[in-house]
Amino acid sequence: MNRSLRPLVATTLIFLFAFLLAVLQHPAMMSTRVLGNFLTDNAFLGIAAVGMTFVILSGGIDLSVGAVIGFTTVLIAVLIMWLDLHPLLAFAIALGVAGSFGAVMGAAIHYLKVPSFIVTLAGMFLARGGASVLSSDSIGIQHEFYSTVSKSYILLPGGGRLTVIGIIMLVVFAGAILLAHRTRFGSNVYALGGSETSAALMGVPVARTTIMIYALSSALAGLAGVVFSLYTSAGYSLNALGVELDAIAAVVIGGTLLTGGYGFIAGTFIGVMLQGLVQTYIVFDGTLSSWWTKIVVGVLLFMFILLQRLVFRAGSRRT
Amino acid sequence: MTRPTVDLRPTTQPPRAPSRPITSLLVRPQVIALVAVLLVNWALFPGFFTITWQDGRLFGSLIDVLNRGAPVAILAIGMTAVIATKGVDLSVGAVMAISGAVAAVLVTSGVAAPVAVLVALGTGLLCGLWNGILVTVLDIQPIIATLVLMVAGRGLAQLVTEGYIVTFSDPLLIFIGTGSFLGLPMPVIIALVLMVAATLIVRRTALGLLIEAVGVNRSAARFAGLSANALLLIVYTFAGFCAAIAGLIVAGDIRGADANNAGLWLELDAILAVVIGGTSLMGGRFSIPMAVLGAMIIQAMNTGILISGFSPEFNLVVKSAVIIVILVLQSPLSARLLRRLPGTPK
Amino acid sequence: MIETGQKPVLEARGIVKVFGQHRALDAVDFTALPGEVHALLGENGAGKSTLIKILTGAYQPDGGDLLLEGQPITLRDPLHGQTYGIGTVYQEVNLLPNRSVAENLFLGRQPTRFGLVKRREIEGQARALLARYGLDLDVRAELSEFSVAVQQIVAIARAVELSGKVLVLDEPTASLDRNEVERLFDVVRGLKAKGLAIIFITHFLDQVFALADRVTILRNGRKVATQPLSAVNTTDVVRMMLGKDLAFEHHPTSLSGGPQGAVRVEFKGLGRKGMTPFDLAVHEGEVVGVAGLLGSGRTEVARLMFGVDAAEGGTITVDGQPVTIRNPAQAVAAGFGFCPEDRKLDGIFGDLSVRENIIIALQAKLGWFKALNRDDQIELSGRYAEALDIRAADHDMPVKLLSGGNQQKVILARWLAIDPTFLILDEPTRGIDVGAHAEIVRTINRLREEGLALFVISSELDEVVAYSNRIVVMRDREMVAELHGDDIAPDVIVQSIAGTRAEVRP
Repeated sequence: MNRSLRPLVATTLIFLFAFLLAVLQHPAMMSTRVLGNFLTDNAFLGIAAVGMTFVILSGGIDLSVGAVIGFTTVLIAVLIMWLDLHPLLAFAIALGVAGSFGAVMGAAIHYLKVPSFIVTLAGMFLARGGASVLSSDSIGIQHEFYSTVSKSYILLPGGGRLTVIGIIMLVVFAGAILLAHRTRFGSNVYALGGSETSAALMGVPVARTTIMIYALSSALAGLAGVVFSLYTSAGYSLNALGVELDAIAAVVIGGTLLTGGYGFIAGTFIGVMLQGLVQTYIVFDGTLSSWWTKIVVGVLLFMFILLQRLVFRAGSRRT
Repeated sequence: MTRPTVDLRPTTQPPRAPSRPITSLLVRPQVIALVAVLLVNWALFPGFFTITWQDGRLFGSLIDVLNRGAPVAILAIGMTAVIATKGVDLSVGAVMAISGAVAAVLVTSGVAAPVAVLVALGTGLLCGLWNGILVTVLDIQPIIATLVLMVAGRGLAQLVTEGYIVTFSDPLLIFIGTGSFLGLPMPVIIALVLMVAATLIVRRTALGLLIEAVGVNRSAARFAGLSANALLLIVYTFAGFCAAIAGLIVAGDIRGADANNAGLWLELDAILAVVIGGTSLMGGRFSIPMAVLGAMIIQAMNTGILISGFSPEFNLVVKSAVIIVILVLQSPLSARLLRRLPGTPK
Repeated sequence: MIETGQKPVLEARGIVKVFGQHRALDAVDFTALPGEVHALLGENGAGKSTLIKILTGAYQPDGGDLLLEGQPITLRDPLHGQTYGIGTVYQEVNLLPNRSVAENLFLGRQPTRFGLVKRREIEGQARALLARYGLDLDVRAELSEFSVAVQQIVAIARAVELSGKVLVLDEPTASLDRNEVERLFDVVRGLKAKGLAIIFITHFLDQVFALADRVTILRNGRKVATQPLSAVNTTDVVRMMLGKDLAFEHHPTSLSGGPQGAVRVEFKGLGRKGMTPFDLAVHEGEVVGVAGLLGSGRTEVARLMFGVDAAEGGTITVDGQPVTIRNPAQAVAAGFGFCPEDRKLDGIFGDLSVRENIIIALQAKLGWFKALNRDDQIELSGRYAEALDIRAADHDMPVKLLSGGNQQKVILARWLAIDPTFLILDEPTRGIDVGAHAEIVRTINRLREEGLALFVISSELDEVVAYSNRIVVMRDREMVAELHGDDIAPDVIVQSIAGTRAEVRP
């Protein structure tokens, strides 16, 4: 376990160090107000990244999450605004659709024996295309429920607001940590990432686990879509463009090995927070342009890939 | 070896035709698919095959397919070699944006156009080299190594353009994107020249075989005295170069560099084109012309959807359907079914 | 000991398995008794892996019956076999290197409460379980932190725990050194004493005699015999496996006269971290054999010579000229060839054709721009296929379709095509059926007669003796002795490896 902890420790240290630097420069960043916004603004990314963590731990990749988020926002908007459904019912339907979509992708990956990135690529095209077939224009959502939710929050000491969607993200992370480290499903996910052949011989239900992993990832992307919908009060087929890349970056920066088998959900949380920190810093700074986020995230991604390379190469030589 | 273990020329060497007959080339599934798509387009739009000569160049839907398909075809040429080595390059879309941005910013700041073009191409080479170094020196999985530039690349392109869409009116850049030569649009000419040149280079030299060897078994390639790293560096650098060319074409076409949208998702189209062209994602045997054909199939479908009045986004749905069909066809399941069919060659 | 009339745990009657036109198994009977180690032997292609796969449930027979304790059973897959008490441990440890030892023992059957795994309980049980196998280790540590031998024992513990009636050991010792093999055997003997039926598959005949009670020999899909090992000797076993007397010529006296020609290749002070530097000269028309246990540094020496691992010091001269070898490409340029131990991983290009596999090294040596045209390729591959008697229906077929022996010859042909000065062969007969062994040995002798300098690593002492002019003995990553003339005999080599013989430094 020691070895796989190292990238996680590195992430945590980098985050603390970066946060310290940011606070030294802009003391205002050290407030529950900023923290609250931090959680709210990154909620959809965090939730999607949780699903991505499971996929990457199992040795796969899911390129469809951004598209599924976009599709879900459109579907919810259509269900609420055109079909007059209650948002909660719309959410349930959306989660069901997203989950089944993921299950189908998982089944394709397992039964057709093709690399996950190709299947989820098809999934990405299908979800984006499907969303724009539903509606190629942005649909605004006006509903009492939405305004109620956006007005509900827990007041933190210091004036910060822990919003509903911030809470949803925290609950998802907590649940995912239990799921990954304390359940049979979690063990099976790690087992698949370690060696699929061995896992199969040891009694891991490979087909079922693979299908569940991608169903979980898409369902969480669907939940991220719900959160995105609550966050923006609109459905648009091009929402969350490229979020899959941010999610992958968060997972890797969080210390999960991209080839699978090693990693932690908690690391992903720090990975998301680190990305959020970079964005918040850029906003606070005011002189830096938004594209620096991408560059910094790219650099962090590179650093962590390199770090994993060193840690796991050194470790694979048994003495 | 002169030792006469066996006197006879072994019968294990049946005489073989030196090269495949052209007819077997024509009945490839890719060709049939392209013809089928074109025929569907023709059915939807009877003027589809009409080509007219106007102002010294050809016009028509067919020419349009070639022209619109050229950037992906160019990306696919570079991508084929990468995939043949069992790799993949996810960064080519971002590299397109970078190269377009570099060229646009240079010409608008008064640098001579040929210099700007060369610098843009050089930037593409550098991007490819960076990927190559990650894959070889640092020995990082290609999908992961190129992800870095995929994520950071658009940021870099925006850094170059400072976040604006940089428009230009430089005749050379515009010519690359929209000009014509011998009646054909420049992008088509560039793609054709690149395809022929790349094919000749890999097949007339030993490069093709060596790339396939590295793709099939990199470790064995090393033991056979092959410098896989040099090959991989070349292959990734070439993919970056192709991406830069495609980036110039796209920028020239819209007379501006859009760091956010230039080449967006085209890496995925390029991969799809290569896969349609029959090169396996597991590396090994490859064909550059087939990948270009794959790009044309994708574009013919795009055009078909446009002329039949669907929204362009419907494309994505069709593309995903194509991927699904290919995956099902290539899956071990259908291979087993095919083998059961009587009369099919093994 | 086996009493006659004891009831078998697992019994196979008249098993038939057909692949396409090929009858892989033809009416094979097999019984596993409680409290015995039953060795299963046969050449590659004799059907032993097919039989094992049927016994464990990986394949379903096309005819015949499987009986467990007298009751007919049908196995869907290995997992199903496990539930009937039939567990398997494979050559490559089929566990999860990235998970803890405890989890490897309990994956798929973790006790849970409210859906959550009871981790403490698992760890406690794991510790107790491994203690029974004489292992005291941190069960929370990743499996990959332990040696292959420990991993094998963990795998056995898991298999026995899950199944408990029949244990199939499929070449479990292939990557273990002598001490580790002993340790494994102790574990197996303990399980035997507990009444398990153990089916043991291996290439090593001495291990069969050391461990097994009975042996079943298969040949060409048919059972030749099942015998108690007390009733047979090695020659009997080999004869039954091959159906003919296999006799390597004893050390030919013509080889005893020392080096035949001029010095071809000379290594001086070649070394690397963890390797004692060595000096060695190989002459024209000479075979230098290397003997030593696994882990003695024999493969490392070959890798240094060929530049697979870069040497940290020392010089290499070829025909008196100094050369630099820091990677295999430079070694090939210097006229070296290397047939690696792991053919599938480091040797063949499975999807490329036989022809391309033969010409690839020459092509790599010629460079990218001097491409061999098709006619050259056909001529070259034809010539070497003929010289080495490579049996392939067609040189355009993928090399992965050939048998192991023919693949080895393809790699040999690849090196002969560059007209080498010096050839390194690492375990040239590993994984090749015994019949083809003799052929490879003959080929090595022929190459020597033709003036090639060869460096051959082999753990088959009979074979090293049959072709070597000199034998270098390795121990603890050091060349500890050099044997000449009459000393080139298996017993002398064994003493030398064991260090019980007065050493003569090379």
